[in-house]
Amino acid sequence: MNSINVVPLFVIIPLFSAFFISIVGKFVKRNAVYALSVIPCILLSFFSFNALRLLQSAPGHMLLYKIGGWAPPFGICMAVDAFGVFMLVVVNLVALFICIYSTGYMEKYTDMPKFFTLFFLMLTGMNGLIVTGDLFNLFVFLEIASVASYALVAFGTEAEELEAAFKYAIMGSVASCFIFLGIAFLYGFTSTLNMADMARVLATSHSVFIIPFVSALFIMGFGLKAALVPFHAWLPDAHPSAPASISAMLSGVLIKTLGVYALARIFFNVLGITATHLAVFRFLGAISLVIGVVLALSQWDLKRLLAYHSISQIGYVVLGIGIGTPLGIFGGLFHLLNHSVFKSLLFLNSGAIDYSVGTRDLKHMSGLKEKMPITAGTNMIASMSIAGIPPFNGFFSKLIIIFACVQAGYFGYCLIAIVGSILTLASFMKVQRYAFLGELRQACQNVKEAPFVMKFSMIALAVICVLGGFLLLPSLRPFINNAVDVLIEGAKYSAIILGETAK
Amino acid sequence: MMIYLLCLILFCIGLYGVLRKRNIVKIIVGLGIIEYSMNLFFVLLGYRTHGRSPIEARTENVLNMVDPLPQAVVLTSIVISLAVTALVISIAIRIYEYYGTFDITKIKRLKG
Repeated sequence: MNSINVVPLFVIIPLFSAFFISIVGKFVKRNAVYALSVIPCILLSFFSFNALRLLQSAPGHMLLYKIGGWAPPFGICMAVDAFGVFMLVVVNLVALFICIYSTGYMEKYTDMPKFFTLFFLMLTGMNGLIVTGDLFNLFVFLEIASVASYALVAFGTEAEELEAAFKYAIMGSVASCFIFLGIAFLYGFTSTLNMADMARVLATSHSVFIIPFVSALFIMGFGLKAALVPFHAWLPDAHPSAPASISAMLSGVLIKTLGVYALARIFFNVLGITATHLAVFRFLGAISLVIGVVLALSQWDLKRLLAYHSISQIGYVVLGIGIGTPLGIFGGLFHLLNHSVFKSLLFLNSGAIDYSVGTRDLKHMSGLKEKMPITAGTNMIASMSIAGIPPFNGFFSKLIIIFACVQAGYFGYCLIAIVGSILTLASFMKVQRYAFLGELRQACQNVKEAPFVMKFSMIALAVICVLGGFLLLPSLRPFINNAVDVLIEGAKYSAIILGETAK
Repeated sequence: MMIYLLCLILFCIGLYGVLRKRNIVKIIVGLGIIEYSMNLFFVLLGYRTHGRSPIEARTENVLNMVDPLPQAVVLTSIVISLAVTALVISIAIRIYEYYGTFDITKIKRLKG
């Protein structure tokens, strides 16, 4: 196993399967397409856990791959550290369950191979963005993931979906332009595109203007990809319009990888975090948290309600990271993991309801608990997780974020986090009340439970929701703690990469 | 210095097009102008007065050298913008089939 470097496989496997499926998809049966798409996802999950294991013994806790054998800063390198492997596990695990779910859910859509092609292209973009150690490669992978997601939002090609996709594509492209401009300025200043080398040059330089200017461009660009509040306008349209499995992918992992991961990686490990950056993160996080949940309260479309909650929950993650203490970042990353699990689950539930009942409007569904017990049960677990009710995973991460606020002395933000949590609970009680409890409607008498593959994914994610709290046990805690250390000791990132490759 | 200012002006024209125009084709053109100005700016960064050739010729005094890396990077970036533009235009065509108009103020079935 040691002879094969595991790092480039995270890009190769999904990229290969994307085009392989699109070529052979026309000539084989549907079940073969399902198998061809589920197998790469299983492989990716296996390799991400394998990378987690390899990381323990790797020198400097960093898995490196030099493309073409050229040592950085001259060549392009791929680097996976504890933060990267944390994201890889989250992304690939969620993608596996969503892929299994899609094999059942996508039956009503016509062109299966094209769907999986786009799905795997999006996965390529996300995995590539996580493993890359080169700033321009980061931009390329970001665009691969973004373009695939624009196309997936428009996949149903109905009027509303096209409108949402157009809005998303224009805003996303302008955001990408800002990111590209930021990279151009950094390249002009440092004459390198390697992230480690760039961090080294920036640490020794004494320019007053370049860092704040580039920071503003990156916060705008990645903030839009993460849907933080002043830049959130595309999300409530785009996420509900996609097919449910893609909504789960977009809300569950895409906004976190493209937004939060890229933001944290660049600010903590490349630019060098300052108190001003942290204050901006905290502020953006707090207003996203409040505005997202307040707007969610008045929604009647189930998926739109969930989309507004994504904005609110991303606010928690960014607030946690913005506190800047080890405990705060721990809470932020833990909430990132938890949110990707329970938000995917909630979107899969909404997809199951859409599949069986044929509506997303809360006013038109009632008493589904009788007919769809598994959807109702898993939805109850996910709702309680997102609302922060013990003993589910969402409770622990919110509690840690609130503790970190108190510990760092930000009592205002602590209050905001608590109020946001209460409002979240209120809005999910509304979902439970209207969708699952109450009288069964006449029109819903013939509703059947979703097919087996869909139930399987929902149950698996629900089990992770219930067991998520165990990650706080001392024996499992290094999984997140090591990722936190990477961010806290930001400057070590470049020292390790440049030191390892110089040998 | 002048040429960088022109780059900025081009960028602002593109941004104006995206933000203020009502016709979605004009919005796409605005997006294209923004992307061109970005690429132009990055290519311009390759020109350094008193520059030296990259990496291998530290001791030699090579004149008239342009940094080749931005050109390679911009080529990739142009391909990406092509993909985005093609996708957005095809979405715009389908929108016209459904709504019968390119006017962004009349295309608003989504709200809330």
